Amino acid sequence: MGTFVFLYFAAVIVMAASLVVVLRNPIYSALSLLVMFFHVAGLYVTLHAEFLAAIQIIVYAGAILVLYLFVVMLLNVKRDERYNRQGTVALFLGVVLLTEAVLLAVSRGFTVATPDPGPEGAARAVGNTESIGEVLYSTYLFPFEIASLILLVAMIGAVILSKKGIMG
Amino acid sequence: MFETSIKLALTLSQIGVVMGVVLLTVAVLTLLERKVLSWMQDRMGPMEVGPYGVLQPVADGLKLFFKEDIIPAGANKIMFSLAPIIVLVPALIGFAVIPFGPNWTIDVLGVEFKPFVISDINIGVLYILAFASIGAYGVILGGWASNSKYSLLGGLRSAAQLISYELNVGLAIVGVLLLAGSLSLVKITEAQAGGFWNWFAFDPLPFPQFIAFVVFLIASVAETNRLPFDLPEAESELVAGFFTEYSGMRFAFFFMAEYANMILVSCMSTVLFFGGWHAPLPFLQAPGMFAWVTGIFWFTVKVYFFLFLFFWIRATLPRLRYDQLMRFGWKVLLPIALGNVVVTSLLAYIFPN
Repeated sequence: MGTFVFLYFAAVIVMAASLVVVLRNPIYSALSLLVMFFHVAGLYVTLHAEFLAAIQIIVYAGAILVLYLFVVMLLNVKRDERYNRQGTVALFLGVVLLTEAVLLAVSRGFTVATPDPGPEGAARAVGNTESIGEVLYSTYLFPFEIASLILLVAMIGAVILSKKGIMG
Repeated sequence: MFETSIKLALTLSQIGVVMGVVLLTVAVLTLLERKVLSWMQDRMGPMEVGPYGVLQPVADGLKLFFKEDIIPAGANKIMFSLAPIIVLVPALIGFAVIPFGPNWTIDVLGVEFKPFVISDINIGVLYILAFASIGAYGVILGGWASNSKYSLLGGLRSAAQLISYELNVGLAIVGVLLLAGSLSLVKITEAQAGGFWNWFAFDPLPFPQFIAFVVFLIASVAETNRLPFDLPEAESELVAGFFTEYSGMRFAFFFMAEYANMILVSCMSTVLFFGGWHAPLPFLQAPGMFAWVTGIFWFTVKVYFFLFLFFWIRATLPRLRYDQLMRFGWKVLLPIALGNVVVTSLLAYIFPN
């Protein structure tokens, strides 16, 4: 049952992700991205990471993608400017990635990795959200602070860019 | 296998009952809104269909059902049909985590069953917020797919408005989450048991969340596109905004979604700030077996109070201008909500329960 659910989510994620780049209408691309975000969230739920799943939908689907859609609708890019010919680069990267995938599949076999039961059990005992908070403010405190610093810099940058004349 | 089918049958019937009540309330609200507005403006309101016009929702529904379904020329057919569904489904799906009665677990043929909440998940609040943010897609896509200037302008306005005010809704709730120590709506309700002085809106220690409640209420009025924040559908400027080109049942879907969202937001205010199904005074709550009767009664009373507040605001206030809306959201509500988070967490640290 678990493998079946995983395969469904994985298949849809791969398909929707390829549609994002293949489709010609940017609105359809954005919607494929929405479908993909939902299925990634579904994958989180199967791993008992409900908090991450909800945040995934709120942040990516609810805020960032709406902004994308907003920009796509307002921008009136000419048809020939929209598409870049990237065939050679795509071919090269495709061959490399495919080789990697085949090598991995051959060396590991085709079994689906089972998640480590230890931390998952702990997360279920105290609740998913609590355990994320615990870890974020103890083990990963330094990366967490760095991330907030980067966000602060980005925020100040956005203010300076939008306020013309602030730099004299 | 037997237990699974029992569980499935129980859950499906529960979903059926909740959806039935919600859709019935939507029908009642369409009449109630017109009646309340009329009384406030010294009119009678609908009087023709049935005694005192009580059958008006039935007539409206029949009319919408038999209207011709028009898809405008040049519209994107798939998106045009999809948009009303994307708006309505998130509005209805949120009711799955609202507890409307005591948190009891009863045993039906060896299956554990919670009669007064469809699903008690530990991220209940985030679940509602996540699906509320999906509703914005329907509005934007509906506006875009209609191939009409008014619709597109309405859709774009609503995108900006929904993103701005979603943030305020989220931040206003943080104080409550800090005090309750949980994201589950069932646990948040349980933390407010025993009289109105324990409700988070009034609880004196560590810090009453009344300011947060006002921010939440204003932001959620904006989220539901109601007056004075109905810029996406401003009649005097944009005909009807993002659903200008819609007719018949598709139009009805947008309409139902607006009212379902109002009910959902009222339920959330009740659960988060006003004690959910708990009675305002302990002796008003029936003991033991019959607690669910008073529970559902008080829950309904509170929800209808907030719905009345929505009508009241609509009858009182004029519409904001677009720049006023943005300035108010980002420069007034957001700092207040952030300040509330800082003060609440400081005081919760100083006075732990």
